[in-house]
Amino acid sequence: MAAATGVYHTTYQADLALRHTRVEWARLALAAGVALTLPFLATPFWLTVLNQIGIAAIGAIGLNILVGFTGQISLGQGGFLAVGAYTSGLLATNLGLPFPLAMAVAVVVTAAVGTLFGLPALRLKGLYLAIATLASQELIIFVVRNWDAVTGGTGALVVAPASLFGVDVRGDFAWYWVILFFAVVATLAATNLFRTGLGRAFVAIRDQDIAAEVIGVDPLRYKLLAFAVSSGFVGLSGALTAHYRSIVTWERFTLEVSILFLAMIIVGGLGSVSGSIYGAIFMIVLPAAIQQLGTALRSQVPVIAGQLPAVQQGAFGLVIILFLIFEPRGLARIWQRCKDYFRLWPFRY
Amino acid sequence: MDQFVQLTVTGLANGAILALAALGFVLIYKASGVINFAQGEFLLIGAYVIYAVIAQVGLHYSAGIAAAVVVAIALGVAVERLILRPLVGQPTISVIMVTIGLAQLLRSVIQIFFGTNPRSFPEFIPGGTLDVAGATVPVDRLWGIGLAALTLAAFTVFFQRSRDGIAMRAVADDQQAALTMGISVRRVFALSWALAGISAVIGGMLVANITGVSGAITGFGLTVFPVVILGGLDSIAGAMIGGAVIGLLTTYTGGYIGGGLQTVVPYLALVLILLVRPYGLFGQVRIERV
Repeated sequence: MAAATGVYHTTYQADLALRHTRVEWARLALAAGVALTLPFLATPFWLTVLNQIGIAAIGAIGLNILVGFTGQISLGQGGFLAVGAYTSGLLATNLGLPFPLAMAVAVVVTAAVGTLFGLPALRLKGLYLAIATLASQELIIFVVRNWDAVTGGTGALVVAPASLFGVDVRGDFAWYWVILFFAVVATLAATNLFRTGLGRAFVAIRDQDIAAEVIGVDPLRYKLLAFAVSSGFVGLSGALTAHYRSIVTWERFTLEVSILFLAMIIVGGLGSVSGSIYGAIFMIVLPAAIQQLGTALRSQVPVIAGQLPAVQQGAFGLVIILFLIFEPRGLARIWQRCKDYFRLWPFRY
Repeated sequence: MDQFVQLTVTGLANGAILALAALGFVLIYKASGVINFAQGEFLLIGAYVIYAVIAQVGLHYSAGIAAAVVVAIALGVAVERLILRPLVGQPTISVIMVTIGLAQLLRSVIQIFFGTNPRSFPEFIPGGTLDVAGATVPVDRLWGIGLAALTLAAFTVFFQRSRDGIAMRAVADDQQAALTMGISVRRVFALSWALAGISAVIGGMLVANITGVSGAITGFGLTVFPVVILGGLDSIAGAMIGGAVIGLLTTYTGGYIGGGLQTVVPYLALVLILLVRPYGLFGQVRIERV
């Protein structure tokens, strides 16, 4: 990665700053401008897509903290999302808690459940851990499907309508702002996490667990903490899904969902907060774009209509394979290369 | 008693299929250290190719099996060459995800060609039932157990006696030592994927014969994990015993307890094994203390 020339950090504050140059601030302002104007321009279909991206980005950031930053592979994302969604939905519906409070409780509960299912990580690594988390995914969904008295079993849980300060939060446009708020908070929290000792400890465990232990990072403690922190973000994402959709069913949290989120962070970039967001955008827009394209072509080529789900799935698989082979560090790395290219132009390096 | 016999036969039949799927999984893991999440899709492809050749083209079933074996070998070698070789040396997560991506891709290809409706498989394994100790036992399941046992025995002999089999064991044991002895590791990798494909064809044929041809076959790809973890990820004997144990466990739970518990029991077993003995019954013990 090339450093910008002429940028000297003369104080610790400057060195720690998230953004160093005017160009970086300008890009941030541009992104903020786009985020603030998009909902006014988007059609209802794309507004829904935007909301899905926001919710998915929070979940992807959470998963990236665990997989990309701490190096603990998890196939249990779907299960943790389910815990967040059901906890928040049930609290708001049955106890009448206001939805921000229900979501806060859901974050804590999911973090606790995540820590519990992170226990195998103390003994297992790599693919064994992946298989253990696969089991936790199946176990959580089994509980959700069979605990009829609480979750409604295989039926749907209808969540009480959300309201904030006496105003009903209803419709995609209103939800866009709520989701945007939480997505920004989650992004800031995650970015800052990796400037603290906790975040650095996670990275140390990923890079070399033995070396980490030697320099005083207790792997047991920090692996569990990684599961807790990550699951907290995932719980928030699940809780938002529950209130935004206002219907919770177990089908939304299957292994396929865990895989989708893993795909997001791989396509976006492992170990990169902004990469999680790029990945969420890419993996949500891809099927939506294929669907739009298919609908547009339906009149000319009627064969396509029936094949849309298969094409979406195939594109999904192909994207994962191609990214892993040609750019394992994902969109974040591609974006970095683009920036370097223009900054150093006309020189190569 | 008759229920017990019936459940045992069903369990063993399921276990036989699981063992075949697990065998392919273990072959690949042993040789190249790759965990193949697409094993269930390999079963699916085997089943659909046989189905297409017999039912749609109308050829003899032996032609169907031959075609499926050819497709499986080609697919296995292509996957190894095009997808996994570029990922040598990449972290575990990349290898896991690439096989997951492959699984999605294969499933979508099957869906594009054959749609999602389940189809009945042309019966060439004799049907009917047989009375065993007062229980009615479907004959096709007995055939399934027999065929699977035969395949597994053939593979065992292959690894004990044949030159290629011994070369594969050598590579699994120590890649560098195998290279210095003049064994082509690349050839062994390709061979292990091809053999995994063949065992998946047989497995897929047996499943399809019992349940019909549909996307549900891929479910066996996930149940393979409890099997291989129980038996030990790098043990062929473990795959057989693990398959039988998990198959029986699932059907007994379904028969005597029920309530959907049978779908989750393999995973409960999986978690227990991982916590107590992560290397499984027959796996190589590798101790890491961090």
